[in-house]
Amino acid sequence: MIYQVSSTAIIIFIFFVLTVLGLSFFFARKTKSASGYYAAGGQIHWAVNGIAFAGDYLSAASFLGICGMIAFFGYDGFLYSIGYLAGWVVALFLVAEPLKRLGKYTFADALDAKFDSRAIKLTAAISTLVVSIFYLIPQMVGAGAIVTPLLGLPHWAGVVMVGAVVILIVATAGMTSTTYVQFIKGGLLIVFSLIVVILVLNKGIKLNPSADYHKPIVLAATLAEGRVQAVADSSYRVLGQHEENGLTFVKMTKAGIDSWWKLNSISSTPELEETLTVVETGDGRTLYNGEPKEAGKFYQVGHVKKIVVNGREVEETGPIGPFKFIKTLGTSQIVRFTQKAFTFAGEKITIYFQNITAGSDIIKPGLYYKLDKGASIWSRLDFLSLMLALFLGTSALPHILIRYYTVPSQRAARKSTIVAISAIGFFYILTLFLGTGAMINGSIDLGSSNMSAPLLAKTFGITLFSIISAIAFATILGTVSGLIVASSGAVAHDLMDKYMKIKMTEKQKVQAGRFAAVGVGIVAIMLGILFEKQNVSFLVGLAFAIAASANLPAILMLLFWKRTTAKGISWAIVVGMLTSLILILLSPTLYEIYGLPAASAPMPLKNPGIISIPLGFLTLIVVSLLNKKRGAAPILEK
Amino acid sequence: MLHEPAVELGKDKSIPKKTRLGVVMFLIYMVVYSGFVVIGTMFPEALGVKFIGGQNLAFLYGMGLIVLAIVMGLIYNFFCTRLEDKLNKEEQS
Repeated sequence: MIYQVSSTAIIIFIFFVLTVLGLSFFFARKTKSASGYYAAGGQIHWAVNGIAFAGDYLSAASFLGICGMIAFFGYDGFLYSIGYLAGWVVALFLVAEPLKRLGKYTFADALDAKFDSRAIKLTAAISTLVVSIFYLIPQMVGAGAIVTPLLGLPHWAGVVMVGAVVILIVATAGMTSTTYVQFIKGGLLIVFSLIVVILVLNKGIKLNPSADYHKPIVLAATLAEGRVQAVADSSYRVLGQHEENGLTFVKMTKAGIDSWWKLNSISSTPELEETLTVVETGDGRTLYNGEPKEAGKFYQVGHVKKIVVNGREVEETGPIGPFKFIKTLGTSQIVRFTQKAFTFAGEKITIYFQNITAGSDIIKPGLYYKLDKGASIWSRLDFLSLMLALFLGTSALPHILIRYYTVPSQRAARKSTIVAISAIGFFYILTLFLGTGAMINGSIDLGSSNMSAPLLAKTFGITLFSIISAIAFATILGTVSGLIVASSGAVAHDLMDKYMKIKMTEKQKVQAGRFAAVGVGIVAIMLGILFEKQNVSFLVGLAFAIAASANLPAILMLLFWKRTTAKGISWAIVVGMLTSLILILLSPTLYEIYGLPAASAPMPLKNPGIISIPLGFLTLIVVSLLNKKRGAAPILEK
Repeated sequence: MLHEPAVELGKDKSIPKKTRLGVVMFLIYMVVYSGFVVIGTMFPEALGVKFIGGQNLAFLYGMGLIVLAIVMGLIYNFFCTRLEDKLNKEEQS
């Protein structure tokens, strides 16, 4: 859809970006050593580091992706919130302190602390790069999604803009400026999300979300031999009819504008219900509800069909508490939209039609991950795989792990993790209200699930929308900066310095890190443009699966199993990483990106974790047992 | 050459006890989390059953997992700090 650009939005956006850049240049003058560049000198206060953790972790996936997924599929999106936070438990109880004791700048340093193995240096560095790049894709996609409504720019422009700003941040000042950018945006994100939730609850649940909300029109129809002949409004003329999976869609025209309608024959009088359509015409044009995109006819959707409070139907609830809000949603009926695609007279038609869903189905899993009605063994395994990957992925993300080296002590590492868990946990509770709020307040752009949270803010005024969008952009800047620091560390510190043993002065090490940051940034820009249509939270789920498969077996077994060997670690990283990558490349989601039918994908699972994570552990155990040179003792006992 | 930590850390006598505590707390949380995943996979209809205050199990369990992570984090920090203060002080005296 097309969004109106506002000068307020542009001013707030520019203010945010300039503040961030100013901060970077300020710290750049202080960054002279490798320790300063990669680990902020190890002198960040634990409370600042904790909120910076939150700023690093609450990425585009959390804010844009989860809220969007909840707005489209209800509780299934909230599963990501639960899993993402649970992952921090593994980080706090098992990984935080030992890693702080072992490492220097990067995750590879910690893995290699016991063995001094070139194989570990190489595989850990490659794994860091692969995980970080997979994590970068959704951030860049989110950047494109947010810049479109904020500045009226195309998707690719947003991706390039984030890439350029972040490269500038990281290449100038490294971890210190990255930390403060993450600290500021983490704090702002939580505060302003809370404000939006308070406004949602204060507004309550209404049948009509706003005065200008467009509810789909319904027209009585006359049928003869199963075909629609005419409708109650004589200004419409019937052009054709199409059957798709038992559903009937009717093409009509009015004043030269074609539209598609869904035939409902449930009542005694057949009726046609207005749909939203995207039509790719034979001559290469794309029409939104029969008109070019600029006409703005592809309106936002999402409303409540029936509100039931204490067994009584009402038109609105008035201001409502958080528990009552969820309870009332559970007893109401909500209008979601279902997508169908087909070809008609040489045109590619994508139709979004109303799907009235019981509130009780919205606040439990099953609308995205089929667990109950229509479940198969694969859909259940997909759910299991996602929950496993999220639980085990957090503590294996290189850009999160490097934050343990920015604080001065183990105690500070632990305390900053607890601050992070509290801040992140509170934000994730808010996501349920942000997502369902968007679902019922006409804040869904059917063309982009990632826009639901900013569009929800827009229902409360352009200023709030501008602030939220600018924070979302800063969110992406913060996370991408962290990822690029981790990646540049993998290239310049792990590969060039430690693996290839290239002799470099402190200054040259920092220079190498800066060049690496530029290279990784350019790759991220290209991938962000390629993956435009994917939900960002889903993409992050894949990054978690790769991290959990490649890195976690190595980290946990090194810490807790005394027979772990260098070969075991290296092979576990290689097998975990390759298996998860191959399974992703053969998955239904990637087949859709290739332009092939999802059903033809050889791998039925969307998330590979359930196969690749156990395989990573198994590889480490088998290779370590076969390798006669055993480790002396688990690293924790040393 | 082995890699050194970013900053020099003093000797910490409380490491074995903190490690055991961390493993125990991790196992407790893992059991609770696994319970949610198993119910979702094997008995999904149970997540729709209403419990306290008219809220269903999915909402209560999901929110509970988030709150539990925060509470367990605070408890863990309390005991770790106490262990560090006690054991490292004994070492010094």
